[in-house]
Amino acid sequence: MSDRLGIVTVASLEKGVDVRLDSPVSVEDMVVGRYVTIEGQKRRFFGMITDVSLGVTDPRLAVSPPDIADPFIAEVLTGTSTFGTIHVTPMLTIGGDAAALLEGPQPVKTIPGHFSTVNLASERDIELVFGKEDPQRFNIGNPLDMELKLCLNLVEFVKRSNGIFGKSGTGKTFLTRILLIGMLQKSQAVNLIFDMHNEYGWQGTSEAGPPVKGLKQLFQSKVAVFTLDEENSRRRGVSTDFVVKIGYDEIEPEDIAILRSTLNLTDLAVEATYQLRRRFGRSWILKTLDTEDPDEVKQLLEESKIHESTLQSLKRGLATIRRLPFIEPHTPVDAVKSILDHLDRGINVVLEFGRYRDITAYVLVANMLARRIYSQYQSRTEKAMAEGTAPPNPLVITIEEAHKFLNPEVSSQTIFGTIAREMRKYNVSLLVIDQRPSGIDSEVMSQMGTKITCLLDNERDIDSVLAGVSGKSELKSVLARLAPKQQALIFGHAVPMPVAFQPREYGSARSYKDLVSGGQPEQAEKDVEELWE
Amino acid sequence: MRFINNQTPNKIAEVIEASTAQFAAQCYELYEIPPLGSLVKTGDIYGIVAEAMTSSLEPGRKPIARGKDEASEEAVYESSPQLSKLLRSEFIAVVAGHKDGDNLRQYLPPQPARIHGFVYLCQPDEVREFSQSFGFLNILTNVALPVPTEELIAATLRQMSRAHEDSRAFLVAAGKELANLLSADFIRLKNILGRLQ
Ligand SMILES: Nc1ncnc2c1ncn2[C@@H]1O[C@H](COP(=O)(O)OP(=O)(O)OP(=O)(O)O)[C@@H](O)[C@H]1O
Ligand SMILES: [Mg+2]
Repeated sequence: MSDRLGIVTVASLEKGVDVRLDSPVSVEDMVVGRYVTIEGQKRRFFGMITDVSLGVTDPRLAVSPPDIADPFIAEVLTGTSTFGTIHVTPMLTIGGDAAALLEGPQPVKTIPGHFSTVNLASERDIELVFGKEDPQRFNIGNPLDMELKLCLNLVEFVKRSNGIFGKSGTGKTFLTRILLIGMLQKSQAVNLIFDMHNEYGWQGTSEAGPPVKGLKQLFQSKVAVFTLDEENSRRRGVSTDFVVKIGYDEIEPEDIAILRSTLNLTDLAVEATYQLRRRFGRSWILKTLDTEDPDEVKQLLEESKIHESTLQSLKRGLATIRRLPFIEPHTPVDAVKSILDHLDRGINVVLEFGRYRDITAYVLVANMLARRIYSQYQSRTEKAMAEGTAPPNPLVITIEEAHKFLNPEVSSQTIFGTIAREMRKYNVSLLVIDQRPSGIDSEVMSQMGTKITCLLDNERDIDSVLAGVSGKSELKSVLARLAPKQQALIFGHAVPMPVAFQPREYGSARSYKDLVSGGQPEQAEKDVEELWE
Repeated sequence: MRFINNQTPNKIAEVIEASTAQFAAQCYELYEIPPLGSLVKTGDIYGIVAEAMTSSLEPGRKPIARGKDEASEEAVYESSPQLSKLLRSEFIAVVAGHKDGDNLRQYLPPQPARIHGFVYLCQPDEVREFSQSFGFLNILTNVALPVPTEELIAATLRQMSRAHEDSRAFLVAAGKELANLLSADFIRLKNILGRLQ
């Protein structure tokens, strides 16, 4: 076959495999991140190209280079005295006998023999490893430089918390939308999305052209859009299902604690919130803010042993919260209950923040709602286990700017830290999106099942994403060389081996059609047709 | 090129000295020496012409200069017809392989050539067959002769390439084989490649 690349010359389990390229194979065609197969004597290996280099057999050749203007000399020397080498990191093996074939790909515990042939991985090879589109597997794109569907098992995916990383503008939002659509169709989980920039619900922006459709436009009956900013949503022409208001009396000291740095609170001020909550009960915020009479203040300070300046600091912080327009003294309709009702019916909920995109609003609302939804899930799951009834639908909560919730200072206090650590004990997992993964608590990072990362260029971010992955330094070189847009590396729990891929295109009529049909064109073809006419 | 194009394989020389790795042959005609690097055969043994010389038939007697009063070089020979009987042309061939039944082996034969064995110049068909593989190059890179091996190898490949329809492809393939053999000695490789065209 013409896909032969070369032969194995040096290999070690620890360092990977060096492959000397055959002379007709150009090093320039070898790109980092591509998949190859190595035909050992007893087993096949699947591996990824992680380095490409040039070699010379005699160092003098580099010192006095030959006259390569002479095509004859150039032809003789390429592949002989001068040759290309690729470094391959083996990821999986498949034994040659029937039993091994049934078992499927296994982790690599040995290396291929000398001079084993190395080929470009074929479509069949990739399919053997990642599987075909089926009721659980969703096509997320194509492996780099391959015209072939790469499938992700979404049922496996949602069993853990997962992360999507990459610097600004690399395609995280687009990729997340694709994954959400996949989950909505194939994971049997429901999604709750805290949509900071109003990109998921009705429509999103694209740097490349006109706005792109959001989830609700594609899946009317399966998606509800909640909003914190009714006016803004209306102006954008979004038909919303519910307007979320937050009552002061729903805010707990924990919610303030994670805002410590955004509200510029001292540690003592954070501590004081717990005392004030005990003292004033549910309406502690209003009462704290309303205590203005000097005598009352004095009494309050004395009785709760809070320092004057601490109270001032806290009041400034709470006043910031009070200014958020969606906060009301008390709300008649409970947003949490409405979200849960939707989730129970299998309807995915996108909460838009409208104009309230500042981080205080986002962190406060996401943390509060998630905390209360989670506690419902917790009690319902426990009850279901005790009574042998069905547990609530598995829930995936999507948050952006995840480091604000999961940085080492606050991750132990926020509900998101708890969810990430509990590995879906109560049927809830996270999908976190972040530009600065190094800001996330390393313990939380290590709990994430599957990570998908677009280009990152900060060394610390790269290290935090790849921490604990085998073949880290090799994957690093793949990651560092991803295109600045629409390319990503996926690894971890839900994939048999890491793979660099190009997320499927999102935004054209064709793409919507394919996405909605979920890989079963014949079935949905007609309804879909009607949708875009 | 009359040796190569000559379709009747006339004998051209006779073995006068033989060892395992090489043999010397005296040409039947003065100056009718096969070109440097050409493939010759005696019995089952193939050799590559590696060095040649013309000298006086009697070892002690050196030729003397005779042309002072002659108008041309040919005239020297014409006026002393006995000369061609007093001089002889010889060459040394490096043993490059042998026939073992129907198989062509590109390594040394079990026995050296026989004295008085007739030496033939190989015809293009045979040259082509012989140069299907490049085992002989290893022998050539290791011979110790007054002629530099780079010269010998280059001459051999140039000669052989003429027997191939696509002589460039032949030279590229041979060049690649050499590049592997001389992988640690680029300077030598460069010298040979530079002499192939
Ligand atoms: N799968 C895709 N299909 C089509 N276009 C894409 C895709 N991925 C990325 N793009 C293009 O790249 C642009 C940036 O992508 P996106 O908005 O998802 O980046 P981001 O990583 O979320 O950035 P930020 O961190 O600033 O939110 C998009 O506007 C779009 O034009
Ligand atoms: Mg984004």
